[in-house]
Parts: sequence; C-alpha cells; structure tokens
Amino acid sequence: MSTLQNISTRIRRKWAPGHTIVLIVILAVAAGFLPFVKMGLVVNGVFLASIIALGAIGLTLIYGILDFANVAHGDYMTMGAYVALFIVAGVIAAIGAESQGLGPFTFGYPLLIAIPLTAAIVALGAIALDAVIYRRLRNWRVNTAVVSMASLGVAIALRGLVQIIWSSDTQNYPRESRQVFHLPMDVRIPPDNIFIALVAVILAVAVYLLLTRTKMGKAMRATADNPDLALVSGIETARVIRWTWVIGAVLAAVAGILLAVFQAHLVPIMGWKFLIPLFAAVVLGGIGNPYGALAGAFIIGVTSEVSTQWINPSYKPAVAFAIMIAMLLVRPRGLFGGQG
Amino acid sequence: MTLLEASGVVAGYGETQILHGVSMAVNQGEVVTIIGPNGCGKSTLLKTIIGLVRVRAGSVAFRGTDISSRPPEQIVRTGLCYVPQTANVFSSLTILENLEMGAFVRNSGQGERIGEMFQLFPDLARRTDQKAGSLSGGQRQMLAIARALMLDPVLLMLDEPSAGLSPAMTGLVLERIKDINETGVAVLLVEQNAREALQMSHRGYILVAGETRLEDTGPQLLNNPEVARLYLGG
Amino acid sequence: MDIISYAAGFAIMAGIYAVFSLGLNIHWGATGLFNIGIAGFFALGAYTAALLTTQPPDPMLFEDFTFGGNWSEIGFLDLGIDLWFFLGIAAAAIACGIIALAIGYVTLRLRDDYLAIATLGIAETVRLFFLNEKWVANGSKGLYRIPKFLGDLVSPENYDYIYLGVVLAVLVALFIAVELALKSPWGRVLRAIREDEVAAEASGKNVFNFKLQAFILGAVIMGIGGALFAHNVRFLAPITFDPLLATFVIWAMLMVGGSGNNRGAILGAFAVWGIWTGTQFLPGIFEDPNFRFFMIGALIVTVILIRPGGILGEERRMAQTVKD
Repeated sequence: MSTLQNISTRIRRKWAPGHTIVLIVILAVAAGFLPFVKMGLVVNGVFLASIIALGAIGLTLIYGILDFANVAHGDYMTMGAYVALFIVAGVIAAIGAESQGLGPFTFGYPLLIAIPLTAAIVALGAIALDAVIYRRLRNWRVNTAVVSMASLGVAIALRGLVQIIWSSDTQNYPRESRQVFHLPMDVRIPPDNIFIALVAVILAVAVYLLLTRTKMGKAMRATADNPDLALVSGIETARVIRWTWVIGAVLAAVAGILLAVFQAHLVPIMGWKFLIPLFAAVVLGGIGNPYGALAGAFIIGVTSEVSTQWINPSYKPAVAFAIMIAMLLVRPRGLFGGQG
Repeated sequence: MTLLEASGVVAGYGETQILHGVSMAVNQGEVVTIIGPNGCGKSTLLKTIIGLVRVRAGSVAFRGTDISSRPPEQIVRTGLCYVPQTANVFSSLTILENLEMGAFVRNSGQGERIGEMFQLFPDLARRTDQKAGSLSGGQRQMLAIARALMLDPVLLMLDEPSAGLSPAMTGLVLERIKDINETGVAVLLVEQNAREALQMSHRGYILVAGETRLEDTGPQLLNNPEVARLYLGG
Repeated sequence: MDIISYAAGFAIMAGIYAVFSLGLNIHWGATGLFNIGIAGFFALGAYTAALLTTQPPDPMLFEDFTFGGNWSEIGFLDLGIDLWFFLGIAAAAIACGIIALAIGYVTLRLRDDYLAIATLGIAETVRLFFLNEKWVANGSKGLYRIPKFLGDLVSPENYDYIYLGVVLAVLVALFIAVELALKSPWGRVLRAIREDEVAAEASGKNVFNFKLQAFILGAVIMGIGGALFAHNVRFLAPITFDPLLATFVIWAMLMVGGSGNNRGAILGAFAVWGIWTGTQFLPGIFEDPNFRFFMIGALIVTVILIRPGGILGEERRMAQTVKD
C-alpha cells in the first residue's frame, strides 16, 4: 500500500513539470509546421480560438463543479447573441440612438452597451433554469447522464424559443462595412477581430483573477477538485454553484455575441454547432481545468482553421472532433489532467 | 461532558444498509478509537456523523443539538470537523489555498490560525505555494489534518490517518494527533493500526458488522485477550 | 379514403420512429448510454440502404455520385424478388454497427458523458461527409431515385399499405428480439451496469464489453430504421438529417413513452409523432413549427422532472440486480 502511494506521488511529482514539457512539445511541433502554413489562417485561428476559449472555460467549470456535460451551453451562446440583437436593433434603435460604426469597427457603441446587459440577462436566465431544473435533479442525486439529458431538453427548448421570437432566418447586427487591416505575409485582419480578441483577453484575465485571488474563486476550484471534501470543509456549495452558473453564462453570452460579430451573421443553430469545438477544447484541456480549456481552445481554433489550407473548410467541426478523439485515445484525462 | 452522542444510527448506500444501529459517544477532551474488521462500517459511521451519508434511523447529537439531518457545511460550523481517509486534500490547490478553504466559513483570525498550523506542522510552512497533489503521503496527511483544524474544532474525526504511510510516518502522525488532543480538542479516530491507536486512546469501541460489539477504556481493550486475538493481530 | 391513406402514411413514419426509439431504449433505457447523435446513425443507415438500391448514376441527369446498386444479378445470384431491399437493410445495420464499434471502443472506457460528446461529433461528421463528398451520395442535391420496395410490382396507390406492412413486420420482429435480449441474463447485466457500474464491475462483469455490445446493438437497430426511412421518403439529402427530427424527437419519444420499457418506446413514438403531426392542424401558436420545436425540449425536461418513468414507466420485472 505504502509503496503504491509512494510510486503514485513520485509519478505525480514528475508530471508537474511534465505539463510544461507537453506544452513545449506541442509548440515546437506547431512551430515546425509554421513555414508551410498560411499566416493568415493562423491569425484567423487565434481569433476563433479566443471565442472558443470563452465558451470552453465556462463549460469546463460547469462540467467540473456541477459534474455534468451541459449540452445547452452552445444555446446559451445563441441566446446571448440574440438578446444582444434585441438590445442593439430593437431597444436602442427604438429610443432613437444611432448605431453608427464605432472607430474602425463595423458595429456602433450600442453593442458595447449590449454586451454587459446581455451577460446579466443570460446569467439571470441560467440561475433561473438551475433553480427550476438542475437544483431538483441535484437534490434527487440522479445519475449525471440524466442531468445532461435535461440540459439537452433545455438546449432544444432554448433554440425553439429563439426561433419563435426571432424566426429561423439569418440575421445580423446593424453594421457598416469597414476597411480590413493589411499586415505583412498576406495577413488580413478585420478590425472587429481585434475587438473580439481584446474582449476575450479581458474576460479571461478577469476569470483568472477571480479563480486565483478571491475566496469564491478558490472555493470553485476546490469544489471542482473534490466535491465531498468541499462539503466537509464547510464550503457553501449552493453559492459556489450559483457563481459557476453566473460565470459560465456571462462567458457564453459574450462568446455568442462575439461569434455573431466574427462570422457576421446570427442563426439559431450557431450555438449547437459550436458545441463540438467547445467540448473538444474542454476534453483536450482536461475536464474541470479552465487553463486547460484555454490551451485546448487555441489548439482547436488554430488547427481547425489551418486545416482549411488542405481540407474543405466545411470540415472544420470534423477536424475538431478528430483531434478530440485522438486525444481520448492517447491521454483521456486531457493534456493537463483533470477529472478523468 | 458528552460532546458527541450517536444512538441507534442506521445508515447505508442505496439499497445496502451498512450501519444497523450504532451507539457511541465522545466526551470533551477524549481520544476515542473505533476499531473493527474491514467493511464493518467504521468509515460509514464517520461519514454519517458529518452528514455525507444520511441517517435513516436513530440520531446523532453534537453538544446537545440533534445534527442528524443537517448538511455538512452546517455541521462543521458547530465545531465538528472531519478528515477523510482518501482524497483528503484539494490536490490542484496550493497548501495555503487548502488551508484557506478549511477556513471558508471562518469570519476572522484566519491569518493567525494559518500561522498556528505552520507551527504545528513546520514541514508545510516551507512550501506554502506548492500544489497539494505534489506532496508526499505524510505531508499530505499533515495538510489534511491542518485543513480540518482551521475552524478550531471541538471534536476532530480522522478516518485512518495512517493509511498508506510508512511505520515511522505513522508514528509521527499519531504523535501530532496526541499533541492536538493536548490542546483540548477531542479526537474520534478510526485506525487500522489498532494497537498504537488504542495506546493513546481514553476509550475505544469495537464495531462489527455495523453494530457496536464492545466498549471499554483503551488499556482495558488492549489487555482483553479476545480483542487482542480477533482485532489486534494476536 | 383520404383519411385512411393519411393514417397509413402517419403509421409508417411513427413505426419507423418506433424502431429508432427501440434502439435508443437499448442505449439509454437499458444501459444508460447517452447518445445525442442518433442523426449520425440515422443518416448512415439511410444512405447505405439508398446507395445499394438506387440505380447507378445517369449521365443525362447530371448526377454527381459514382456508385449505385440494384443490378439484376450478382454472379449466379438472381436478385429478382427485390433482394436488394433486404441487402440494403442488412448493410445499413452493419455500417452502423461498425461505426458504433469504433466510437464505443474509444469512449466507453471513459466517463459516461464522453460518449455523448463523441456521438454529437460523429453525427456532424457523417452529415458533413455526405454533404461534401458529392461522389458518394450526390451532395446537397441528394439521392432522389431511391426505388420502392418491390419496385413496380405494386401500384403506386397501394404502396403505402404494402410498406406499412413491411415496417410493422420489422418493428414487431425487432420488438420481440429486443424484449428477449433485455430480459435475458445479458439484459439484466446491462441494467445492473446502469444502476451501479462499480458494483457490476465488482461482481466480475466486464462492464466495457457489455456496454460496447449494447451500444452496437442499439446502433444496428437505428441503421435498420434509417434503411426503412430511405424507402419511405425515397429522397435523401444531408438536410434531411437535421438534429431536430433525427435526434431530438426520438429522445422525446423514448422519454415520454417510458425509458427502460420497450412497449413504452413504441407507444412514445406513436404518441409524440401524433402530437408533432397533429398540432400543425391546430390554430394559433401551434401552427408555428418553431413552437413545436420548443415543445419537444420542454417535453423532455417536464418528463424528467415530473414523471421520470414516462407514461408506462420501467417494467418492474427487469428490476432485479445481478447477484451472482
């Protein structure tokens, strides 16, 4: 027994720097490919990755702390995108504010107002859904797959709701056409993407500070790490769960808005389709590990974008899926460990 | 004065009932050890007292109030803390963060309490920013105990604190538990190293097949030939 | 007459959905496997059967696919009495079984929900494959010359009645087979795994093998459902396999009817398909297909919260755990 434990601790000690080695190997391999790759695709992949990251960080936190795969996460994104559409095109337009292009961006300042408002609305919605559905299932201690099943119902209902309110047609935020930035190596960056990256970085840093510097953030990590020990340490799990939903929903809502800006349109199925890269990033990073999800998002975002140099672009979700399956075969706990 | 009193506790998981009416008590300042064969329900008893496993019949009272239907996060506030046998630290959190989590419901004096813990376990003080998952078995056990002490408990329950440790390390851990008891904290111990544990115990219980079979003082149990033959390995 | 032919058309679709619901019942109801990519098996089964029975591409029709089937004979084998139909069903079942083996092999050792994510991915990958690889199945133009069962031997106005007979015969055969399988010792092990995987493992069962077998069996049944579907609508395009009608509706059917209960799975298919097609005749908000979309989701959540056993609930007889 004692030798077993000794061996396992020794392995774990070895693996702590192991994470860094894994990361370096990946970067090295990636760097090796760089000369053969169109720089523009890499850059575009980074922007896409920043949106995946926002969704995946929330998804992995919910996964780790509430212990179920929230299949409705993509539809929380869709909800965010459409609530923002309502605010930008409905409310703000109705009170007569103009939504002219802001600086170099295609959208106006109304979108800047819509982002925090939308995030708050979607967060409240997520808390309400938890109170009505998930809290009961937790109290009944049902199997985790049943909880996922319920979230599938939520996903379908949310999309139905979006289609009832906004129809299933393709829509768009009010936008003006803008000049694209031209950089060397044939890299073209739409100014909107700079905005997307900026918002993503701000939110990712905010989440990092929250998780490492605040008592609630540490309690969230503790609960994800070891739920029973969190209970007997006196951590109020109900509060932790509420905060998890708030963070997950805020990140999802903003990710939804940014995705709508990135692809320059909104469709009700956008969130459901985004589930594959989201889950791929989560699995890659290890379930419940937000930093892992961030790294996973970059691998998925850049790889699936770069793959379009050789593969039909519409296969992007399949590429993300293939990477995930490869990961499950090689290291099921993800690159950086997590709940296996 | 009786701190903890379990009477006729029935509990289990799903369709299997493990405890069939366990009665036992811990008095202020005591060290009480529970011994018994594997699968007799020792761990389940501790989990039931702390509220991780539901009490199906009987009652658990702590400092005179019934706690048998309360969730763990409320029970620990009343001064009853618990160290599980396995997975007893937050391995992805640092040592310092583990102690902070132990003090989650504490309103003041967290800094001082952490200082006291570092005095008690100087090994931990040297590596406050190290992840708990990278600690050795002994250090991890110390951290687990320190985490549980963060709320100044009146009664500390430990589930096999020496499991998986070398004999030398076991001695060290039991020594620390004695030190903790000397500061006035009552200790309820489940141990496989029954002999060592009973030597430092005021009283002990023998649990067999989910029922209390025997209760006596530590030395008496050690000297009981039948106990020695059946549970202390001859 | 119109009502009768409408009823026949309705019963065919409901019967086909009942086949899927039975397959899903093996996954979820009996074993607790969370498959949210039914659409992938649906599409794979339908396309496999369609490609084996559709005549090779006709240059005059500007068709992009390369291979077809339905030749009058293979070697010495005379395929006169629509043997192709049965070959198509068998091939659909095998194709789905192989994909299930691959997916299951990778994910069933891991935590439960990895299977869900993987099925989601495979459904999208299958859809993208048939959409992009025009040479396989004509891309987005779709396959539209899928023959009827027995070809021209049946007059068009009677085809639905004949085909209803075929669908019901297959459904009854599958029902009996699944019923026997789930009540056998094998089925009881599946249930034990669903209830308590650790205990099942501890009692010496190879949990992974049992789960893999259940996953393959369910997928095989879904492949048969896909094949039946192909010869009913006789037009397939990637857009046919939208998650709503190819995955979500089937989940609602099983949950409503009663997961874990084969009769419930069939009842649920007829009930939900009745609600789905019936509500479109109602005035007001029900006319909106999006409302019905919403309703399917709400139905699943409501069943879980209010009546987790569905209409029929799980049969008690199956509720024995494996002791040996």
